[in-house]
Amino acid sequence: MSRPPGPRWAEALLPPLVALAIALVVGDLLILTFGQSPRIVWGVLLEGTWGNAYGMGQVLYKATTLTCTGLAVAVALRAGLFNIAAESQLAAGGFGAAMAGLALPAGAPAILAVPFCLGAAMTAGAIVGAVPGGLKAKAGANEVIVTICLNFLVLALLNWAVAEHLHVPDSLHTATIRAGGLPRLADVHAAFRGSAANATVLVAVAAIVATWWGLFRTPGGYALRAVGLSPAAAEYGGVSLGRTWFRALVWSGALAGLGGVNYVLGYKRYYEEGFGFGAGFLGIAVALVGRNHPVGVGIAALLFATLSQGGLAVNALVPKQMMDVLQAVVILAVVASVPEVRRLVAQAVPRRP
Amino acid sequence: MAGIAKRYGAVAANVEASLEVGRGEIHAICGENGAGKSTLMKILSGGARPDAGTVVVNGRDVTGWGTAEAIAAGVGMVHQHFQLVPTLTVAENLVLGREPTARGRLVLAPALAEIAALCERTGLVIDPVRRVGDLTVGEAQRVEILKALFRGARTLILDEPTAVLSPPEVTDLWRVLRRLRDDGGTIVLITHKLDEVLAAASRVTVMRAGRTVGRLATAGATPADIARAMVGRDVALAARDAGADALATAPPRLVVRDLAVADAAGRRVVDGVSLTVRPGEIVGIAGVEGNGQTELVEAIAGLARVRGGQVTFDGADVTAWPVARRTAAGLAHIPEDRHARGLVLDWSVADNLVLGQQHRFTRAGRLDVRGIAAHAAAQVAAFDIRPGDTSLPARALSGGNQQKVVVARELGGGRDVRVLLAAQPTRGVDVGAIEAIHARLRAARDAGAAVLLVSADLGELLALSTRVLVMYAGRLVHEVEGRVATPEGLGPHMTGAAA
Repeated sequence: MSRPPGPRWAEALLPPLVALAIALVVGDLLILTFGQSPRIVWGVLLEGTWGNAYGMGQVLYKATTLTCTGLAVAVALRAGLFNIAAESQLAAGGFGAAMAGLALPAGAPAILAVPFCLGAAMTAGAIVGAVPGGLKAKAGANEVIVTICLNFLVLALLNWAVAEHLHVPDSLHTATIRAGGLPRLADVHAAFRGSAANATVLVAVAAIVATWWGLFRTPGGYALRAVGLSPAAAEYGGVSLGRTWFRALVWSGALAGLGGVNYVLGYKRYYEEGFGFGAGFLGIAVALVGRNHPVGVGIAALLFATLSQGGLAVNALVPKQMMDVLQAVVILAVVASVPEVRRLVAQAVPRRP
Repeated sequence: MAGIAKRYGAVAANVEASLEVGRGEIHAICGENGAGKSTLMKILSGGARPDAGTVVVNGRDVTGWGTAEAIAAGVGMVHQHFQLVPTLTVAENLVLGREPTARGRLVLAPALAEIAALCERTGLVIDPVRRVGDLTVGEAQRVEILKALFRGARTLILDEPTAVLSPPEVTDLWRVLRRLRDDGGTIVLITHKLDEVLAAASRVTVMRAGRTVGRLATAGATPADIARAMVGRDVALAARDAGADALATAPPRLVVRDLAVADAAGRRVVDGVSLTVRPGEIVGIAGVEGNGQTELVEAIAGLARVRGGQVTFDGADVTAWPVARRTAAGLAHIPEDRHARGLVLDWSVADNLVLGQQHRFTRAGRLDVRGIAAHAAAQVAAFDIRPGDTSLPARALSGGNQQKVVVARELGGGRDVRVLLAAQPTRGVDVGAIEAIHARLRAARDAGAAVLLVSADLGELLALSTRVLVMYAGRLVHEVEGRVATPEGLGPHMTGAAA
């Protein structure tokens, strides 16, 4: 077998770029079927996303959550596991952050309150991740099935807690947190007024760096990747499969939980039912398109956030659902074009015995 | 075949390769891994198109033909990895792809008669209604050969057919091949076992680096002649070697007592095995594959759950220790399946060279990337791993070089190896690498390691072992001094005939 052609960066970047090109062509065709000019629609899309501070802020806001859930799915996939529960881990993280913010006294110094709330969000996500992790490690339970079921369970539990006990009258959200809020970008620069973007974007960047470091520069990450690529070889190398699976899913859950901070601490300052809008599930796509590399996940999150926000911008010309179609095209093109992704998908999908 | 050239990207698999096989001949093709044997056979059997050169079969120019045309012309390939459906019966596998039907229903009766006649004629005896999944490896291979013949093959290409067979099965195979030859069939045999070339073939084509470098008649040739042609220099073929006796009185390093291991179905695949290995000693385990050797090694390595018994290293009971702790105590393990166990194929050579030792390359909680790179460069040089680019994925290396990576990791880099488990250390490895790996095993032994060697290659066992134990049906049934052991003496014990 010979070495794959071209330098490594080309190897990494080419498939997503090809996927993007395919999506653009499909987009052109769709736009034409609506009787619009592709050039104008793409122009409006770019103007509405990266062309002004508000649009940019919205993209950054959406990309922040997607980065966290994408990293969560990517870490699990690196260990050979499919974490479908990022959606409920995201919700649990937001809930944890809100509870922590409510528990603090008003006026608690940010230097203590913010880390406390971030820790609460990660812990809540990690607890949800520990369930499939523990079941997989101890009983060999298939994590795909467990995490799918867990989504229903956790979301129902959180909804019940909020609806029955914690909600503000006539709403489906909790009271506003007393401390631990993160500054909005609009507080820093007035041009971002109205956009939801906030300092959580820095948390997401830190999460990318920390995840990269953890995966590629620590012995634990080495063990995790070995388990993902070849469980038999990892076992032979003295790595405990069960322990690694457990750690990977806990780590994954914590990252998804961190995403909940974006809405709860950064944007609304309360927990609200359904705030995730499917960002947990979209995290799967972000991880696949980002090729399970932390930096790739960040880039893919920006891409998906741009499409999502761009859909709103072009809604007057073409239905915004067109952007959902394009997201699907990107996912399909990447899954089909990247052998590595294909293999991971094949591995993680449960096989008949 | 003449002047064949084939490139895959930057790699030239065949350059000026040629092959001439007469009708009714058993012809061997020999060469190191990566010498281009498989590519040449792929071109012959229609699996690949040559970039240059001509292929002539039975006087007809068939250059660049496809698999279907090759089968139609009677050229059939028996692959190293069987291509059979385990849940179907022998007969169903044979008719697969051209199932005989009547009014839309599968009708096997005529095919069964045809298969019976074919078995009769060739001596490939097999019950056509048995499920392929229930067959032994040797039987499955017979089905592979039958499949090719059933499709009308007159020219059979066999790729490493003996890799999985026991000595009696190998003898059987030669008998069948001779019968086919006497029937007017032509057989091309790919192998890198030199004794097989001499035993089975009348002529041999030797390939090196994509080229045909020689063709000789086996009558009058010696293994050394062929090995020289394969490698391009003189090779020290496995010679008897009693080893250092100095430590023979030392207390045993590895002691296994009444070890029992069960498989998933609860069968005792290792059933009360006891053995000791002293420092400076190589104890060889002979046996037909599937008699518990794999499980025995995995149990000693800490990879299989032990049902009963005890394993000690230097007197310390390690039976309950996890793998990592055994490694720290001086265990080195060359696993039988280097693709699944020994290597993470998608990882670089450098990363693979620290598998199991990642904690040695950790400084203050982080991987010592520079240390890993330096270690890799040193090992690649010391073990002559080629190509020397340590950032290449292990998958890109030839089998022999992959095995060198495993051996370098387990035995190199100044590790204090106390117990070495070597399972099939030279399987699928070319002559040059075998020589190097044997030298490393001897060096480990001379440095005082207790070496347990499991091999399907009796020549290797006899050449290296101080003592030879025979494993049959999960038990050790025979023990003999390496000096006086012979294949003839071991054979009956390996098949259970002497029990």
